[in-house]
Amino acid sequence: MPSIQEEIKKRILVLDGAMGTMLQRYNFSEEDFRGERFKDFPHPLKGNNDLLSLTQPKAIAEVHAAYFEAGADIVETNTFSGTTIGMADYHMEDLVYELNYESAKIARQVADEFTAKNPEKPRFVAGSIGPTNRTASMSPDVNDPGYRAVTFDDLRIAYKQQVEALMDGGCDLLLVETIFDTLNAKAALFAIEEVKEERGIDIPIMVSGTITDASGRTLSGQTVEAFLISVSHIPLLSVGFNCALGADLLKPYLQTLSSHTSFNVSAHPNAGLPNAFGEYDETPQEMQAQIKSYLDDNLVNIIGGCCGTTPDHIRLIADIAKDYKPRVSTASL
Amino acid sequence: MAEAEARRNLVLSGLEPLIITPESVFVNIGERTNVTGSRKFLRLIKEEKYDEALDIARQQVEGGAQIIDINMDEGMLDGEYAMVKFLNLIAAEPDIARVPIMIDSSKWHIIEAGLKVVQGKCVVNSISLKEGEEAFIHHAQLIKRYGAAVIVMAFDEVGQADNYDRRVEICQRSYDILVNKVHFPPQDIIFDLNIFPVATGMEEHRLNALDFFRGTKWVRENLPHAHISGGVSNVSFSFRGNDVVREAMHSVFLYHAIKNGMTMGIVNPEMLTIYDDIPKDLLEHVEDVILNRRDDATERLLDFAESVKGTGSKNTEAEVQEWRSGTVQERITHSLVKGIDAFIEEDVEEARLAATKPIEVIEINLMAGMNVVGDLFGSGKMFLPQVVKSARVMKKAVAYLLPFIEASKQAGDKEGNGKILMATVKGDVHDIGKNIVSVVLACNNYEIIDLGVMVPPEKIIAAALEHEVDIIGLSGLITPSLDEMVFLAKELDKRNMTIPIMIGGATTSRAHTAVKIAPQYRATAIHVNDASRAVTVAGNLLDQNKEAYMNGIRQEYDVFRESFLNRSRDKNFLSIEDARKNKLQLDWADYAPKKPNFIGSKSMEVALDVLVPYIDWTPFFQTWELYGKYPAILTDEVVGEQASSVFADAKAMLEVILKEKKFVAKGIYGIYPANQVNDDDIQLYDENGKELEKFLTLRQQSQKTKGAPNIALADFIAPKDNEVIDYMGAFCVTTGFGVDEWADEYRDNLDDYNSIMVKALADRLAEAFAEYLHEKVRKEFWGYDAEESLTNEELIKENYKGIRPAPGYPACPDHLEKPTIWKLLNVEEKIGVTLTESMAMWPAASVSGYYFANPGSRYFGLGKIKEDQVVDYAKRRSISTDLASKWLSPNIAD
Repeated sequence: MPSIQEEIKKRILVLDGAMGTMLQRYNFSEEDFRGERFKDFPHPLKGNNDLLSLTQPKAIAEVHAAYFEAGADIVETNTFSGTTIGMADYHMEDLVYELNYESAKIARQVADEFTAKNPEKPRFVAGSIGPTNRTASMSPDVNDPGYRAVTFDDLRIAYKQQVEALMDGGCDLLLVETIFDTLNAKAALFAIEEVKEERGIDIPIMVSGTITDASGRTLSGQTVEAFLISVSHIPLLSVGFNCALGADLLKPYLQTLSSHTSFNVSAHPNAGLPNAFGEYDETPQEMQAQIKSYLDDNLVNIIGGCCGTTPDHIRLIADIAKDYKPRVSTASL
Repeated sequence: MAEAEARRNLVLSGLEPLIITPESVFVNIGERTNVTGSRKFLRLIKEEKYDEALDIARQQVEGGAQIIDINMDEGMLDGEYAMVKFLNLIAAEPDIARVPIMIDSSKWHIIEAGLKVVQGKCVVNSISLKEGEEAFIHHAQLIKRYGAAVIVMAFDEVGQADNYDRRVEICQRSYDILVNKVHFPPQDIIFDLNIFPVATGMEEHRLNALDFFRGTKWVRENLPHAHISGGVSNVSFSFRGNDVVREAMHSVFLYHAIKNGMTMGIVNPEMLTIYDDIPKDLLEHVEDVILNRRDDATERLLDFAESVKGTGSKNTEAEVQEWRSGTVQERITHSLVKGIDAFIEEDVEEARLAATKPIEVIEINLMAGMNVVGDLFGSGKMFLPQVVKSARVMKKAVAYLLPFIEASKQAGDKEGNGKILMATVKGDVHDIGKNIVSVVLACNNYEIIDLGVMVPPEKIIAAALEHEVDIIGLSGLITPSLDEMVFLAKELDKRNMTIPIMIGGATTSRAHTAVKIAPQYRATAIHVNDASRAVTVAGNLLDQNKEAYMNGIRQEYDVFRESFLNRSRDKNFLSIEDARKNKLQLDWADYAPKKPNFIGSKSMEVALDVLVPYIDWTPFFQTWELYGKYPAILTDEVVGEQASSVFADAKAMLEVILKEKKFVAKGIYGIYPANQVNDDDIQLYDENGKELEKFLTLRQQSQKTKGAPNIALADFIAPKDNEVIDYMGAFCVTTGFGVDEWADEYRDNLDDYNSIMVKALADRLAEAFAEYLHEKVRKEFWGYDAEESLTNEELIKENYKGIRPAPGYPACPDHLEKPTIWKLLNVEEKIGVTLTESMAMWPAASVSGYYFANPGSRYFGLGKIKEDQVVDYAKRRSISTDLASKWLSPNIAD
């Protein structure tokens, strides 16, 4: 099978869409989340989507298959919150390795099936590494700005465990995503480098930040360029943005990023902004039109969707992406 | 890249990027946050006065430092603790954190601790071959992995490079190891070639500056992409105490070093003069020394130095802080927006002395400032870390005020303003916003019961009951939290709880609260869009007029919901038949209408001064495009002054109106037996049951949320088939006669201001008349609420029973009802108010409408209606469908 580094030179790669949005359609109850194995678990588990890889693996495989079917080249494992830090909320720290390993295996199997059916279009699995729910460079306590609820080393250790499990489960690449605090991401990158060194192997890394509000900065206050500079010390497969904004609002930041980096550029925006009810109602056609403007401007090498996107969105995105050549970097910081 | 030899940029970052290109001018590294170089900074760190230490960092950045060097290497300090603490504090200061950090230590463990707390790409200062290759490589690898650039000292196992050859030797070796073995990006390597003092009197120091320049030139020509830095003040070490000479030496040294390729340096910008400003003679003496041009250069400069000693250096006072000369409100707002806490106590004290009660400083001055913060944040001009800083300044101000607020309280009034439970709902772990709100509320003397994050509904309910809280605050950032909030509202309702809930958090919205949450909860659910409003809302929910406030919110949300659903669900309309089936069903069986004390119609004239207390001034200010509630608007920060001035003029003119009886207040009202007929119409009768006019009302047709009715005004009157005789009234009042003439007089004199004023006051008086007459009707003429005793404020808030909707307004957009009123009351003949072709009243300062007495009657918006109702209406009105469509067109759905 050709490597993703080879494929990305040939064409624009398509990433999958939202996992959470698809899982909502299953309307899983507390009992469904628990399954047989956790039926007596002493804490509520509904909402722990990562757990579904163990209790509802079929649903997870179905979602992956739906995205591959729609034309995605890469799917993300169902491991967005899969660190001891994220799982602490559910008292499931001990399950972290298994969650990541099994999630990777599910995605691996679906990807291999699709690749076997059509070897011309190899499919890849990206291990999803979320930001955790803590920030390493901001205090959660306004009265004590010097306080930190999590340290670099806490994060590094937690991420290392996740990375090892994802790699053991068969991921082709790792995706450090939805970065709202760059220091968290740096801890993840540090952990990945450690694992690479210890195992003597390389694995491609995608890094994807999040611009959270109208200031055009990350939650921790960095501008696009400052963010880019802060994560460029590691050789990356790609750098990009995801979540928080729809494709149209994300575009100016993506342009800045694209014009300053020699890495490949990725984007997986939301299906617009949530409406007053927290639903995303941008249609696949609307989103396709916006993604077309990315393609016309030669902004991306990898394109997909985040919150609110569905296989229908990805299908139209894949449909149009195949008509364009991948972005060629013209500049570098 | 085509030009592979082009020099690569050195890029660094704080919150913002710093890109050092070949074209960049010299990069200035701030040096005063260094305990080895600043006695003041050392003292502050030792005494843990981090706030003041941060000020030093801030001054450096404001003074132009593009990188700040931080050093905590001092024997008596726990350097690692101090480094981490200070860097963490800097991260919360966006105006400092915007520049990259230089982590300066000779101890690796301090450097590494620093690297773990900085999100941007910083610079490590420094590593060297001093302890051998192994440690050098190990540290370089880690620095690369942490994502930092590095300063490499020209130092090896033998010692410090102190001449040209040693500099070349060590730099070449260090560079080769870094680039070839560690694969360190060469552009991230910065050599510190050691700047040594000159003019020390020792022969071997004569070449110190020149060797540095030559070494710099060699590195830049032979070690691709590498940069050169150094601590400049060392060069003038022997002239300590003579700032004039030192400043000149620094400038001269830099001038030549930069020419040779030095790109950055640690310099105190206040110890630097402009090269061209150095007096010719001083320049010559200094350059002789730096460039080693004469054998007696040192002696000559020493002699010369005596003559310039103490002539005073330039003004190094901090810049005059211009903003300190603003008004107290301006200063408080500035402090909040900029997150400066140095002056907040003195400013708050000034505000407190001017205020009648200390709490007003919070409610007026501080809130005004926080609103500015909120607006700037909303428009993307501030970002979160800055807002958090503002919250801290706010906290400090409030802490200062609290003792005064306590002292001003009456005895027995010691407890707080109330208890508020705060929780991030189940499934959601975000709590930054919730914490900010908690702090702000706590500052305002509310007791906060914080249940933390992921709180299941049963726990919220149990805690609310256990602690007997006054308000429940719910927060959430992710979208599923919205459903959790709806669920919780249902649960509260199920348990017949009445504790108001405040809803906040990034995905929440007024729309969601009004449309989804409020209908589930008979008590109050209110959306609070930011922390600064939380205090006002909590205050309103708990003060003595809370009932009125909560009713107001409910009504506002009802109206909002209706219009929202009308807007968003265009396609979902009921047929008029189905809408009628879903009409409002009041409980007629238990309803005994009050028989009016008077039946028929009566015209009246009242003295204008009777109406003055009934004036609602808020709309008056809107006429002048001044927005805000009276009387608060008079002291509003933005429009207060203007509002006060207009108000004074209005008062003066009102005097004239009353004294000279400029207008006449004429009115007519009628009260008649009435019944709802054919669902949507109201048949009026005379005393003897003879049919009079018939009012035609329009019915809401949009699809409602479950359980909500499709209302028409007719629903407020008992149906005929119930055999209950009900009643309704109608009225018209005017204060408009004489207005146009007087206004025109002003206009003709080109005095538009007073021309508008006349009309605005006439409008207010007409509305006041309507209010006055309505009260008379409720209490006397009809007398259905004889016991009513409401203040004017409550009247304005429409807290009375029954309503007086007017044709042409949301509940009854049909202007064609006006001729019916005119006919019923014989308006034109009795009081002279006429209807124009477009059914506008003349004179303009007139009000007409209906009276409904049923306590279940309320204002609502008709919203959009469908063609089937229009056809039906045309038939009832006996006009063509085209004509009906024309009159009702704004309300007809597409």
